[in-house]
Amino acid sequence: MSPWVFDLLGLGTIGSPALLLTVFGLASLAPWPLSERAMARWTAACVSSGLISLSLILAIMWGTGLRHVVVEIGDWVSLPDQGFHFHLKFIFDPLSIPFAGLTFILTGVVGAFASRYLHREPGYRRFFQYFAVFLLGMVVAALAGTIETLFLGWELVGLSSALLVAFFHERAAPVFNAQRIWSVYRIADAAFMIAALALHRAAGAGDFAILAGSDAWPMGESPLTSTQALGVGLLLLIAAAGKSALLPFSGWLPRAMEGPTPSSAVFYGALSVHLGAYLLLRVSPILELSTLLCAAVVIIGLSSALFGAIAGRAQTDVKSALAFASLTQVGLITAEIGLGLRYIPLIHIIGHASLRTLQLLRSPSLLHDYHMLENAIGGRLRHEDRLARRWLSASLRRRLYRIGLNRGQLDQTIDRFIARPFTRCFQWCDRMERRWTDSLAGRRSRESDRVAPGSSLGEEP
Amino acid sequence: MGSLRFPWLELGILLPLLGAFWTQRRRDPDVARRDGLIIAGLTLGCMVVAWIDFKLAVPPGARDLWSPIPRPSGGEFFAIDELSAPLPAMGALIYYLTILGTLRTKAGEFSISRTLLSESILLATFAAATPWGLVTMMAIGALPPYVELLRRRRPSRVYLAHMGLFVVFLMLGEYGVSRAASHAEQPLGPILLLTIATLLRSGVAPVHCWMTDLFEHATFGRALLFVTPMVGAYGVARLVLPIAPDWALEVISIMSLFTAVYAAGMALVQRESRRFFCYLFLSHSSLVLVGIETATSVGLTASLCLWLSASLSLTGFGLALRCVEARVGRSLMTEFHGLYEHIPMMAGLFLLSGLASIGFPGTAGFVGLELLVNAAAGAMPFVGMSIVVVAALNGLAIIQAYFRIFAGPPRATSIDLRIRPSERVAILIISALILAAGLYPQPGVSDRHQAADRILQARAGNASATAARSDAGTTMAPGQAGKLVERVAP
Repeated sequence: MSPWVFDLLGLGTIGSPALLLTVFGLASLAPWPLSERAMARWTAACVSSGLISLSLILAIMWGTGLRHVVVEIGDWVSLPDQGFHFHLKFIFDPLSIPFAGLTFILTGVVGAFASRYLHREPGYRRFFQYFAVFLLGMVVAALAGTIETLFLGWELVGLSSALLVAFFHERAAPVFNAQRIWSVYRIADAAFMIAALALHRAAGAGDFAILAGSDAWPMGESPLTSTQALGVGLLLLIAAAGKSALLPFSGWLPRAMEGPTPSSAVFYGALSVHLGAYLLLRVSPILELSTLLCAAVVIIGLSSALFGAIAGRAQTDVKSALAFASLTQVGLITAEIGLGLRYIPLIHIIGHASLRTLQLLRSPSLLHDYHMLENAIGGRLRHEDRLARRWLSASLRRRLYRIGLNRGQLDQTIDRFIARPFTRCFQWCDRMERRWTDSLAGRRSRESDRVAPGSSLGEEP
Repeated sequence: MGSLRFPWLELGILLPLLGAFWTQRRRDPDVARRDGLIIAGLTLGCMVVAWIDFKLAVPPGARDLWSPIPRPSGGEFFAIDELSAPLPAMGALIYYLTILGTLRTKAGEFSISRTLLSESILLATFAAATPWGLVTMMAIGALPPYVELLRRRRPSRVYLAHMGLFVVFLMLGEYGVSRAASHAEQPLGPILLLTIATLLRSGVAPVHCWMTDLFEHATFGRALLFVTPMVGAYGVARLVLPIAPDWALEVISIMSLFTAVYAAGMALVQRESRRFFCYLFLSHSSLVLVGIETATSVGLTASLCLWLSASLSLTGFGLALRCVEARVGRSLMTEFHGLYEHIPMMAGLFLLSGLASIGFPGTAGFVGLELLVNAAAGAMPFVGMSIVVVAALNGLAIIQAYFRIFAGPPRATSIDLRIRPSERVAILIISALILAAGLYPQPGVSDRHQAADRILQARAGNASATAARSDAGTTMAPGQAGKLVERVAP
C-alpha cells in the first residue's frame, strides 16, 4: 500500500476537526454569525468525514495486516544546529484507533443531541465553538506520535473543558467551578510539561517510537532506566490524576457537572475523563520499568475507585452521582493499567464511556423515566443498599456517609493548606508595596483603592 | 543592488515627530485622532518596508544616501541589524493599534500629539546606531509619561524617583564603560550601574513599583505604550549582555526569575484590572530577561521569540482591557461585569491574547515558551521548572480575569456598548498575527535564531578580545549584521 494513501487519510482524520474549528473561528469574527442549522451541519459533516477517514485507515490496516501506521506532517518548528525539533507526527495503532474512533462517534452523537437540546439557547454558538476545540484536542491527543503533540491536544481539551463548565456564565457557581477545574488542569499541565522535558533530557527525544519502543503498542520497550522511569512516571501520573480526577484531585469532577448536559456527557462521562488513563496506556512501556511506579498507579486507582463509590452513594443529584460513578470506573481502569493489563483497560474505557454517555444524556429526564417505571410496576422503586447493611456497622456507615456527603473534604483541604496560605502571602506583599509607594509618594498612592464595586472611574476622569 | 536607497528607517522616525507637531495644532480631538491614525499607519508602513529592506540584504554603504538626518563624521545615527530589525515595526504596530483602539469619546483625554512624539522616541531607541545614542534615547523616552503625570496633576514622585535613578545610572554606567574602553579589563562598576539601570527600566523586583504606580496614575494607553515594547530588555541585550561577566548574568537571571514568580503570584491577588495587567506584564517581561541571561543560543532565541510574542499578545490583552475600561470604567476583579453579551468579540481577543501570552499551543507564544523551558532546564533544571510554574500561575490569572470581566449577568446599560469598527479592525489584526505566528512559527524562529547567534558571537568576541572595544567606528549599516551588538564605544 502506498504511503500517500495513509498520509491522505491521516490528514483527513486530523484535518476534519481542524477545518471545523477554522470555520467556526472565522465565523465568530464575521459580522454575520452562522445559523444554528449551519453549525450543526458543519459539525456533523466534519465528524463524519473524520470518522470515515479513520475507518478507511482501519480497514486498510486490517486488510494488509499492518499494526502500526505513522503519518508524518514534518517539523512544525526546528533549530537543526541546536537539535531542537517540534515534530508533528501521528500514529495509528491498536491503542489510538479505538480511542480516536470512540471520540468521533461520541462527539458525533452528542453533537446531534446538543443541536436539539440547546436549540435557541443564547450560548448555542459558543457551545459548538468550544465543542470544536474539544474535538480537535481529543483527536490530536489520541493520535499523537510525540509527547509534544499529545500535550498540544491535552491543552486544547483542558481549555474547552473549563470554558464549557462556565457555559452558563451569568451565574456565579459555574464560573467558580470552572476556575477550580482550570486550576487543577494547570497543575496537571505543569506536571505534564516537566515530564516531557525530563523525557527529552533522558531519551533525547519526545517521539513515542523512542520513548516507548518502535514496536506496535503494547509491545514496545522503553530505553529509560528504572530510576528515570520512576521520576518521569510519577510526573505523568500527577498529570493523569489531574485530568482524570483521580485522588487527590477528585473534587473537581462533580463541579464539572455545572456545564450543559451534552458537554458533561462527552467530557466527564466519556472522553476527557479517560484522557489521563489513555496517557498512562500510551506510556505503559515506561510504567513497566518500575514496580514502585506500577504500585503507585494501582494505589491511586483503587483509592479513587473506593472514594468514588463512597461519595457517589451520598449524592443527592443525578449528575453528581454519575460523576462519582465515573470516578469509580476510571479508578478501576487506572488500577488495571498499574497491574500490567493493556487491552482490558482499553475495552473498559470504551464500554464505560459509551454507557456513561447514555446515562448522562438521559439524566435530565430521569424523573420522567422513574415515573414511567413506577407506573409500569404499580408502586415505588426500592433502593436498598443491602451489601453495605450486611457488611458494615451502622456507625461506620454513618461515618462513610459523612465523608461521602462532604466529598472527602478534598477541596477544603486544598483551600486550607495551599490556596489560602498562597493568597495570604501575596496579599501581605501587596500591603508592603502599598506602604512603600505611599512613603515614596508622600500621600496615598493608590488611585485604584477608590474603585468601589459598581463604580465607574473612567479611563481619564 | 542600486546605491540609491530610500531611507525608510529615518522617514519612519521623522514622520511621527512631525506628526506630533501637526496634531498639536489640531483643536478638534477627533480630527487629531484621525490625523494621528494616518501618521501612525504611514510610520508602520515605513518600518515594515525598512525591515523588508534589511532582509533583502543590502550591502554595507549602499544605504541612506538620501538620509534627511545629518550624520556625525564617521557614522550614522540610525541603523538596524538582525536583533533590532523587527522591533521598530513591532513598536510602530503597537502605537498604531493603540491609536486605532482609542474611542472617539476618549480622543480628547488621550493626547495624540504626545503619543506620536513618544513613538518617534521609541523608534529612534530601537534604531540607535551607537551605545550613546541608545542611552540618550532611552533616557528621553522616560519623559513623556512624566509629562503626562504632571499635566494630569497626579502623583509622580514614585515614577520620578525610579526613572531618575535609571537615567543617572544609565549615563554613569555608559560613561564608565566608554571611558574604560581602552583597558583590557572590563570595568565592573560601570557594568553594574548599567545592569541596575536596565533592571530598573525593566521593572525587576524589588525596583518595580514605578510600573504599578504608572498604571495607577497615567492613562492606560500611555502606560501600555511605555511598557509593552520592552525597552528595558532591549537595553539589557544591547548594553549589558555583550560585556557582562557570566556571574552577573546568573544574578540577573535569578532576579528576573524571582520577579516572574512574584509578579505571577501578585497578579492573582489584585482587586483592580490595571494593577492585574501590570503584574501580568511584569511576569512575562521577566521571563524574557531570564532567557536573555541564559546566554545560550536556544535560550536567547527563545527570549527573542517570547519578546515579540509577549509584546504583541499583551498589547492585545491590554487593549482589550482598555476597551473594557472605556466602557465601564476601571473594573474590580472581585466582581463579575457581565460584558460577554455586549462585546463577545472583545472577549475572544481577551482570551486569545491572554492564552498566547502564556504559550498556549497554536498561538504566538507557544514555541517561545517551549524553547525557553528547554534552554532554562538545560542550564539549571530548577529554572526550567520555575518557568513552567510561572506559566501555570499566569494561566490561572488570565482565566480568572476573563471570567470576572465577561461572565456574570448581562450588564444593564442605557448606552450602546457594542464594539466599534475601529476596534474590530484592531482585534482582527492582532488575532491574525497571533494565530499566524502560532500556526506557522518557523520563519520567525529562524530569524530570531540568527539574531541570537549574532549576539552570542559578539559576546564571545568581546570576551576574548576586550581590546577590540577601543576600536573606533560605530557605523552599523544593515549589511554589517551583528555590528550593533558588538557594542563598540565611539
